[in-house]
Amino acid sequence: MSANGNMNLTLKVWRQKNSQTAGKFETYKAENISPDMSFLEMLDVVNESLIHAKQEPINFDHDCREGICGMCSLYINGRPHGPKRAITTCQLHMRSFKDGETITIEPWRAAAFPVIKDLAVDRSAFDRIQQAGGYISVNTGGVPDANEIPIPKVIADEAFNSATCIGCGACVAACKNGSAMLFTSAKISQLGMLPQGQPERYRRVQSMVSQMDAEGFGSCTNTGACEAECPKEITLTNIARMNFDFFSAKLFREEEIGEVNHGG
Amino acid sequence: MSELKQTFNSSLGKKLIMALTGLFLSLFLIVHLGGNLLLFSNDNGYSFNMYANFLTHFPPIEVIAWLLYATIIIHAIYALLLTIKNRQARPVGYAVTPKAPASWSSKNMGLLGSILFLFIVIHMGDFWYKYKYTHSVGFKEYRTNLSTGERTVNDFTPQKEDFEHSQTFDGDVEIVKVKDLHTKVAESFSMPVYVIIYVIAMIALSYHLLHGFQSAFRTLGWVHRKYLPIIQFIGTWLFAVIIPLGFAAMPIVYFIQSLK
Amino acid sequence: MSLDSKIPQGPLAEKWSKHKFNLKLVNPANKRKYNVIVVGTGLAGASAAASLAELGYNVTAFCFQDSPRRAHSIAAQGGINAAKNYRNDGDSIYRLFYDTIKGGDYRAREANVYRLAEVSVNIIDQCVAQGVPFAREYGGLLDNRSFGGAQVSRTFYARGQTGQQLLLGAYSALNRQIHEGKVKMYTRTEMLDVVVADGQAKGIVTRNLKTGAIETHSAHAVLLCTGGYSNVFYLSTNAIGSNVTAAWRAHKRGAYFANPCYTQIHPTCIPVSGDHQSKLTLMSESLRNDGRVWAPKTAETAQRLRKGEIKIDQIKEEDRDYFLERKYPSFGNLVPRDVASRNAKEMADEGKGVGSSGLAVYLDFADAIKRLGEDAVRAKYGNLFDMYLQITDENPYKQPMRIYPAVHYTMGGLWVDYNLSTNIPGLYCLGEANFSDHGANRLGASALMQGLADGYFVIPYTLGDYLATIGPKAVDAAHPAFAQTKKDVEERIAKLLSLKGNKTVIEYHRELGHIMWEYCGMARSEEGLIKARGLIQALKDDFWVNAIVVGENEEINASLERAGRVADFIELGALMVEDALARRESCGGHFRVESQTEEGEALRHDDEFAYVAAWQYTGENQPEVLHKEDLVYENVKLTQRSYK
Repeated sequence: MSANGNMNLTLKVWRQKNSQTAGKFETYKAENISPDMSFLEMLDVVNESLIHAKQEPINFDHDCREGICGMCSLYINGRPHGPKRAITTCQLHMRSFKDGETITIEPWRAAAFPVIKDLAVDRSAFDRIQQAGGYISVNTGGVPDANEIPIPKVIADEAFNSATCIGCGACVAACKNGSAMLFTSAKISQLGMLPQGQPERYRRVQSMVSQMDAEGFGSCTNTGACEAECPKEITLTNIARMNFDFFSAKLFREEEIGEVNHGG
Repeated sequence: MSELKQTFNSSLGKKLIMALTGLFLSLFLIVHLGGNLLLFSNDNGYSFNMYANFLTHFPPIEVIAWLLYATIIIHAIYALLLTIKNRQARPVGYAVTPKAPASWSSKNMGLLGSILFLFIVIHMGDFWYKYKYTHSVGFKEYRTNLSTGERTVNDFTPQKEDFEHSQTFDGDVEIVKVKDLHTKVAESFSMPVYVIIYVIAMIALSYHLLHGFQSAFRTLGWVHRKYLPIIQFIGTWLFAVIIPLGFAAMPIVYFIQSLK
Repeated sequence: MSLDSKIPQGPLAEKWSKHKFNLKLVNPANKRKYNVIVVGTGLAGASAAASLAELGYNVTAFCFQDSPRRAHSIAAQGGINAAKNYRNDGDSIYRLFYDTIKGGDYRAREANVYRLAEVSVNIIDQCVAQGVPFAREYGGLLDNRSFGGAQVSRTFYARGQTGQQLLLGAYSALNRQIHEGKVKMYTRTEMLDVVVADGQAKGIVTRNLKTGAIETHSAHAVLLCTGGYSNVFYLSTNAIGSNVTAAWRAHKRGAYFANPCYTQIHPTCIPVSGDHQSKLTLMSESLRNDGRVWAPKTAETAQRLRKGEIKIDQIKEEDRDYFLERKYPSFGNLVPRDVASRNAKEMADEGKGVGSSGLAVYLDFADAIKRLGEDAVRAKYGNLFDMYLQITDENPYKQPMRIYPAVHYTMGGLWVDYNLSTNIPGLYCLGEANFSDHGANRLGASALMQGLADGYFVIPYTLGDYLATIGPKAVDAAHPAFAQTKKDVEERIAKLLSLKGNKTVIEYHRELGHIMWEYCGMARSEEGLIKARGLIQALKDDFWVNAIVVGENEEINASLERAGRVADFIELGALMVEDALARRESCGGHFRVESQTEEGEALRHDDEFAYVAAWQYTGENQPEVLHKEDLVYENVKLTQRSYK
């Protein structure tokens, strides 16, 4: 360790030009890294030196850098968003690593999340699941006064807990089955708990589950890895709620959605 | 595609089948253990042999038995289907072994299930098949004095090939002739290899149910925070401790007895 | 071209209703014959795209992120204002209007602001109907909190993630329309120019960020909902990708840029920890509801603290200066953002700053924890405290937070009239990207309100009027303007890719940020601004010679993306400096040191500067031309803002 407390690290980074070409690990040195840097700032430093050497920087998704946009990903040393609980990669600070450590950085791995370049993957499958029914069908205007729909605080709070999902995909990345059920169920739960969401509750769960299946995600075996790795601590209970609504819809209710729409 | 077919072809539908078959098999284990505890009744195998005879000759039980076999097969096939699909969901694996904090059992249900399946094949081949379809199991004749309760036992060789069992009365004495599965069990359990297979299988059963029982409830969506602890308690203590221990105790006790 | 703000005649409270009646309508059967482009999918863009598609228009929407849900509106924390008066504490549309005009230091249009206050109530209804889980009381009704610059509780919130919840609401409405096939969504696609054909906006040129494909898209109208330009300061609370390119390209095609120097510095951000820092993190201003801002009373104590000779809890109560409470007894810690920020800077300038850099003051929750209990404080601010702990490794339950101002929001933006139309017919601008509603300073919890007001409740009416006027005839995509604009974009990309110098684009960006923060930040002087003008020109010249851009166009190329954005920021920075120079008064977020009261407060010169400065681009390296739109106040009396 250098005198100022800064660290030198070795990075093993997955590099892949695009979805058509094969990728491989490359090794980089990250030198003079301050413990106060975020993980992405550390990558910025590496990239700046690569650019100075006229080499292609490591491509990774990132945007808000405050843990809310859900854009950043990265599978760091065997864990989505790195070793700390309940944060995203952009909130991970280098003080969580030791001087001299080797850090392996991989993209999310899932058939439904193809790598598009280096560490960035295509998560548009998530959008398509939401498009299949993750909404309450109300047009702008013509809605009742906000206070005409009283909602018990405990329900509002629980719906909020489910609604905090940032759609980063860590659940899929962590799941040994590459399942997207935590993500899908969070939205289904949020809207399924609220009175506003009742009219479409049983249609919604069927459409969204169909789309989730069509995207090629695996299915849940309740290992709980998703819950443990979720930066927003979305709970497994959401999956149970989704299951219950799905079986109720499929086995006992009238709502149907017809054939699965496999299109984007 | 019909709606129900579509339902059971969906990822959740397959899980539903896994959960329901799994719970049915769990329920069976309680009955099976209850019956097999008769192995510990010190009556020269009378109760156990009578129980085995009852199970194989009472028609409603026969129906349930075939349902049970079907359930095992369905549980295994759907597990295979889901596993294949889940593997396909991640064609390229991670270089670093995932370190997500999830229980070992939950991550190895396929392995545990395969061990159990193999075990069931051995177990059924050794007892069920031989009992029902071969003549390698002997017979016993029990004479019980109904007024004193005294019972004598003798080996018995039937005259007819297709003899199954009989119950006759000679005054106060009840004469029962029945297949002697008990001796077959005692023979098998005197072999160390059987004991080891059984003990390993029961360890696998323990871990399989440690995750499987409560996972089934999650799949069904029955997880209310007020009842979840009860389910977890039952899943852990009854299904992952008491039942496997009970089953494992049989070969161990019989093995120890065989050494005397 | 003259600046006609198209503000309707008549009494303030009736303007919008009458205007809506007077606007032309498009026949329902004809709506599907119109194509509308929406660039950006934040609150303004997503709400506009969804609402227009619901009406029946064909919408094509674009965002540079991988999903529309990731637009930076998602990061807004505190809340959204609405004049619901659910608390019975004297709120009303007029009061929200008045607070916003006053908070904006009398540099916003009365009519726009009144309309904003008027539709604010509909926004809450709309969001609740969409399933946005706002905070509620045990009775099941909506909860409110108070916010800076207001003396009523009118802010609706969803824990510390209000922006996220509102955006996800708008995103869900957008998703519904994508599902219906009424919105065609392009993600990872960046708008690089606007196509102006025969004086009307008819399309845009985009770059597919995955393949590099340069494409043109035509439409009857183009809506820019592309957010603010805080990243001109390099360090800001904006997302890394937030940029001015769409607005700036439109500006270079003729759209006027209004009040570029009005930028808002947010008082409660986490201080900078070093040169590596890539962005600043804001903590909701709602923290000031319960936190008390202080600095050591003397520079000497502060210095000993910085050196680690004493600890925070060794500073006695009488040695702490709760400077906001002291100077502004009636508003206390809840003074508007500009006032709070400037006072923090003053403390640092006087050597009373804390933290290793001295560029911070304390925000202390000890009293709140004593009064409400730690659990109550956690329930209100838990996620903010966690975030602070995560970043700084300091526990705010045990020791005061360190805060310092950071650039957060830009009130300036493309000039628009009352209909949200820029001076280029067919080109509209919504949300933070336009200049319209916040004057020289925005009140807390008003950005979300404006974005959604524009998208849900203004543009669906005003756009119809324009579309009805031009008629449903298909847009001529073969017009030479499309090919020419595409060629211009391609040439610019080729030029950027040819840069193989010795300095990275991020280094230029950081340098630009230093110049802007130093000379065009919280306090601005004529001397400093003139200096900045030269520095920026030199930086620009150097950029086009010595920058390094690696890779090629036909792939994902973050280096190229950043280069284009930074090049535009440099040009914008130059214009901001010009605007700040021309506005020789202090108002709101624009503080000219030459123009202050004896007490050091911002001093406006209403007789000279009560106008909107709209700048017209006239050509490469040509001075921009200033057009003035006079601000007429018929309802409020202009007074020196006072929060004492």
